[in-house]
Amino acid sequence: MSSQNLTIVQAVRDGLYTEMNLDDEVLVMGEDVGKNGGVFRATEGLWNEFGDDRVIDTPLAESGIIGTAVGMAAMGLKPVPEIQFSGFMYPGFDQIVSHMSRFRNRTRGRYTLPMVLRAPYGGGIRAPESHSESKEMFYAHEAGLKVVIPSTPYDTKGLLISAIRDPDPVIFMEPKLIYRAFRGEVPEEEYTVPIGEAAVRREGTDVSVFTFGAMTRPTLEAVENLEEEGIDAEVVDIRTISPLDRETIVESFKKTGRAVVVHEAPKNGGLGAEITATIQEEALLYQEAPVKRVAGYDVPYPLYALEDYYLPSVARVEEGIREAVNF
Amino acid sequence: MSVLQRDPQDQVRVLDENGTVVGEVPDIDDETLVEMYRYMRLARHFDTRAVSLQRQGRMGTYPPLSGQEGAQIGSAIALDEQDWMVPSYREHGASLLRGLPLKQTLLYWMGHEKGNEMPEGVNLFPPAVPIASQIPHATGAAWAKKLQGEDDTAVICYFGDGATSEGDFHEGLNFAGVFDTPNVFFCNNNQWAISVPRERQTASETLAQKATAYGIDGVQVDGMDPLAVYSVTKAALDKAKNPAEGEGRPTLIEAVQYRFGAHTTADDPTVYRDDEEVEKWKAKDPIPRLESFLRETGRIDDEAVEAIEADVKQRVADAIEAAESDPRPDPSEMFNHAYAERTPEIQAQYEEFEALREKFGDEGFLRE
Repeated sequence: MSSQNLTIVQAVRDGLYTEMNLDDEVLVMGEDVGKNGGVFRATEGLWNEFGDDRVIDTPLAESGIIGTAVGMAAMGLKPVPEIQFSGFMYPGFDQIVSHMSRFRNRTRGRYTLPMVLRAPYGGGIRAPESHSESKEMFYAHEAGLKVVIPSTPYDTKGLLISAIRDPDPVIFMEPKLIYRAFRGEVPEEEYTVPIGEAAVRREGTDVSVFTFGAMTRPTLEAVENLEEEGIDAEVVDIRTISPLDRETIVESFKKTGRAVVVHEAPKNGGLGAEITATIQEEALLYQEAPVKRVAGYDVPYPLYALEDYYLPSVARVEEGIREAVNF
Repeated sequence: MSVLQRDPQDQVRVLDENGTVVGEVPDIDDETLVEMYRYMRLARHFDTRAVSLQRQGRMGTYPPLSGQEGAQIGSAIALDEQDWMVPSYREHGASLLRGLPLKQTLLYWMGHEKGNEMPEGVNLFPPAVPIASQIPHATGAAWAKKLQGEDDTAVICYFGDGATSEGDFHEGLNFAGVFDTPNVFFCNNNQWAISVPRERQTASETLAQKATAYGIDGVQVDGMDPLAVYSVTKAALDKAKNPAEGEGRPTLIEAVQYRFGAHTTADDPTVYRDDEEVEKWKAKDPIPRLESFLRETGRIDDEAVEAIEADVKQRVADAIEAAESDPRPDPSEMFNHAYAERTPEIQAQYEEFEALREKFGDEGFLRE
């Protein structure tokens, strides 16, 4: 297999390109995805390649974008709508929770929605107001949706192709802080990374650190720093927020007996709460310390002058790990 | 007959591209006319400097307004003191005229919440970033004034051509029609919603004609003609407060104009539009048009223009100096305004945060 050295945003583009070449039913739609190639260039060149009917610039209307994608998907197309920033998904929230998630259930499987709703999410890029929030749990709370968040270029392409081929609707949230932060090997050919499987990024025995998206970076850095203190941490990249890979979480925890969860989203009702509950339910007797959550605070995401104080930093992650280990 | 009662295709004009009078000059005193010009120059110079601050890394992403000064200033100057303004995120000029210091606009785009702390007596909502989301607020605010019996107050709401595609546009205007609220819905049709041209937003021939479906007046105006903008806005504000028998209060104004620059500093318009088109619209620049009219009618001369230029430069330089010397917001500010009082949970998070700051200092948080 030949491979390319791509960033995450290039891997998104490559995943779309690969699957659009293989399957005529796949189409891309959204605001500025056509001639402009997307505001992050995630759809760059696709309009020239596939034309107006498969790479569609829509009017500025998120409910319209998501709602019409539902209708298209019900007719057998495989739309991949893009919402420019996850902070603008809310005009389409009704479509997501009332229809996108429920068409299969409401029609007893007669109509299904093989669609993927893509959106960049998360903070740390000095963006304007409403451009930095992490609200993955809104969608994880909704039965009938799958919620995927990649953290490497390889996973991005593989998970995106899985998402497009999935018979059910997928919310594909892209960590824009690391859109161009680094490159990785990405095969030119088609391949998939399975939805619903976490990845152990680093094996360790003292503590399990669960994270995803852009927070995998400060987490891995913190864990490396802590080696000097004699702490051997395992890092699990959750990758699929829903359905959650509880098996990998529990397996890792049984090995270490200690856990830290790192995410940008607010602590209250964040994925950390679900992981903690899973550990309580399935591995209570292995537990040696309280589960530590290093997360966003339960306040509105600040404008960018203060965003570094809001997001989990390397020092905060290190301190959280020490707390769990030294309990 | 009112300037508002006309075919939506029949664009209101007062000055042509050269500043020659082609319509009815509104009744504005000389001083206000010169102020209109001064504020347009101020908005343009501020905009140029703001873009360069962003380029130099002294400010974050910023949405430029150049080309839209005629619409912003021509409309905002028609407001009475008690009126309210509900802006989108591009109305730096209109907001300035309503009383928001330039320093605060800069602070907002520099990522400080303080930029949105309206000074007492400034009847202005904070900028709304999600497209069209402010339109129902404007309807609600106007409705409140009506319910509170304050018949002398109207609410102007700004939004772009792209916003007319959103559900909130429909819902806001529909409520306004049903409850006959004192609103002026001011659409800055600058032809482009980032890369999507106006023709692709709607199959309607004009945006103004959408008013018809809500049972309210819709009028199209040359948005790069500040005098025409003033005329229609003034008429719409007067009608909102004091409609004639059988007249509805709300109005939709479509101000046809062009954004000379990018959507924001993160955008590159050369990808999606031609220089030729930009040049065509630059010939309609509202500032030389008004200047030419004011010179021709003896209201300003070289000396006055020079004085205005110097004043404008000084005011912008002072605002930048003030914004940049403003202390960084204290990080604990994050925890202060989610609710009237910190909840026990937020208080606990605040204490944990302060303990970490104590231990690691700011270096424990700041990324390069």
